Amino acid sequence: MSFSRCNARLTILAMMLALSLCGCAATMVTSPAEAEVPARHSISEFRDQDFAVVADPWEGFNRSMYRFNFYLDKYLLLPVVKSYEFVTPTFLQARVSGFYSNLGEVRNLTNSMFQLKGKESATTLGRFVTNSTVGLGGLFDPATSFGLARHDQDFGKTLGYWGAGSGPYLILPFFGPSSLRDTSGLAVDSGINYAIYTAIDPFGNTGNSFAINTGIMTLEGIDARHRQSFRYYESGYPFEYYMVRFIYHEKREIESGRPLPVE
Amino acid sequence: MITVKIVLIACLVLLPMPSFAADGGYGYPIPGTYEATIMGTPAALMPTLPAHVRTRQLVLDVFPDREKPPVFFYDEGLHCTFAYQTHKAPLVFLIGGAGASDQADRLITMMKALYQAGFHVITLPSPTHANFIISASKSSIPGDLTEDANDLYRAMETAWNKVKGDIEVSEFELGGYSLGASQAAFVAKLDEDRRVFNFRKVLMINPPVSLYGSANRIEGLLTQIPGGAKKQGIFFNRMLSKFSQFYRYGNFVSINEDFLYSVYLEKLFTRQETAGLIGVSYRLGLAGMIFASDVMTNSGYVVPKNRVLSPTDSLFDYFLVSTHLSFYDYYNEYFYPYFLKQHPGLTKQELIESESLRSIEGYLRSSTKFGMMTNENDFILSKDDLEYLKQLFGERAKIYPRGGHLGNLEYKDNLAYMVNFFKL
Repeated sequence: MSFSRCNARLTILAMMLALSLCGCAATMVTSPAEAEVPARHSISEFRDQDFAVVADPWEGFNRSMYRFNFYLDKYLLLPVVKSYEFVTPTFLQARVSGFYSNLGEVRNLTNSMFQLKGKESATTLGRFVTNSTVGLGGLFDPATSFGLARHDQDFGKTLGYWGAGSGPYLILPFFGPSSLRDTSGLAVDSGINYAIYTAIDPFGNTGNSFAINTGIMTLEGIDARHRQSFRYYESGYPFEYYMVRFIYHEKREIESGRPLPVE
Repeated sequence: MITVKIVLIACLVLLPMPSFAADGGYGYPIPGTYEATIMGTPAALMPTLPAHVRTRQLVLDVFPDREKPPVFFYDEGLHCTFAYQTHKAPLVFLIGGAGASDQADRLITMMKALYQAGFHVITLPSPTHANFIISASKSSIPGDLTEDANDLYRAMETAWNKVKGDIEVSEFELGGYSLGASQAAFVAKLDEDRRVFNFRKVLMINPPVSLYGSANRIEGLLTQIPGGAKKQGIFFNRMLSKFSQFYRYGNFVSINEDFLYSVYLEKLFTRQETAGLIGVSYRLGLAGMIFASDVMTNSGYVVPKNRVLSPTDSLFDYFLVSTHLSFYDYYNEYFYPYFLKQHPGLTKQELIESESLRSIEGYLRSSTKFGMMTNENDFILSKDDLEYLKQLFGERAKIYPRGGHLGNLEYKDNLAYMVNFFKL
């Protein structure tokens, strides 16, 4: 019973992906019955009025991907996250989040070092060591109460810090809003993580390392979605895509430390 | 970090100390009307609200036969948030302000405060929110208090039908803030005829007296921008770069509450700029309303008539156009012509007068079920408006010395007053 439902869900998911990718073509075919009449107000009146502009040459692809993520959430991720939240006590959920947050300090540390931020690197290293030991492998976060603030860093920010522009806006499947620069950053961070992980190979001797590693990664994905409160189209605002795009872009620009051009 | 926050909040609380004695010890700290409107209530000055509230998301099929345009493919019905008790209790319907969804922060705070006090609560989106325009408005043209009240009443009946098998309700009550407060008044009046709910008490928080008058005052904020409202894009970019420079030199960890407090404390934005920012955010909301309404009615206002937008079509041009239209544009070119067609001979002035509490003042004056909360410095009210509200509601009015427009709604005293109003 549950297997067939799961199967059905996957089929729907596959269909949604197919649909969302060719959504444009499908709806364009049904031409309106009546001829178009120009609107009372059109863009020609406001050509010179820039507002919330972000470079987005792949908007068609991005909007499809935005919609794909909506369906991915709806039919796969959110049901999984809901079940996870249902069966896992809140206390345990917080420990799981703490564990993965602590692993994330490795990314924060490498990148604050890449940015030659000495004090920040020391703080992050202090956090990692404290939380890994006193905090029982990151399950708890005593470092924050010792005054060591978390500094979120990633390779996208590092690239930004050294002057790389964000490049075009890009919506990634699963990960959501990004940019060309931040996507490269994500690839580099994942590569570094993978290298460190394979070098240590914590479950190499168990004989089941593949299964264990897959489990750890899956749980990481579930925890990531569990912690992210954003829901696609939830605002109901017709221009949500542009608001998300703008806020993402500006927040990244501001936090990666590049001043905005002053006109 | 926590220390920094405590220091910041302490500064906030201590700043207006001298004025305390004069206004009966009201402790809401932010004196400026625009600042209060933007900043709202510091977290430390809100009451402790329950972390877990028994809630359900309602998705209501108000018009089962309605076909929705493909561009709104994600809209599956009217969203309402329903918080429920396991025992018999009064049910409070709450209506948000212009552009508010059923999950707007202020609505959720009010919901939690009432839930904590033992009420069932259903929050509704504002009739100006796209979700309501698409799924619950008969005409899909928002802004008329009489039609909006009819739509809201229908939505409330649909919601009630959906939940009435699951909960026990002793009586019904109604509340709203800002535009939602005026709508609540008209819904209550409608209920006197329909009698489905027989609302026992109705609370209006920061209502406008005349919709046109208040919209006029909000539009006025945009005239404080250098170059006027048409330059809002340039203005906004300049505010943003100010913001980002401040962040860069301030050594902040991320854009969070602490950062926003320091923006306020350092007076990064002038009074005019703060006003302009309120105006811009209002325009953003208005843009969503105009676009959603135009698509639903196929009026050819910002989208070419008969154009069918697909779920992945770019909407950026419509976004730019809609954000640059004013309330007057909407009113004169879209809203008034629609009503003129229904009521030939209707003048603009007559329509303006009907969108006002004055048009039902006899009812509001005589009905004892009403309560009204507002602030001396709510900028959507003129001096005359405030005097009018005071004399209209008399002892039923609660006027706070400051708080701007809705800035103090989440302040602990205000929430306590609200809960108590529905309890008595």
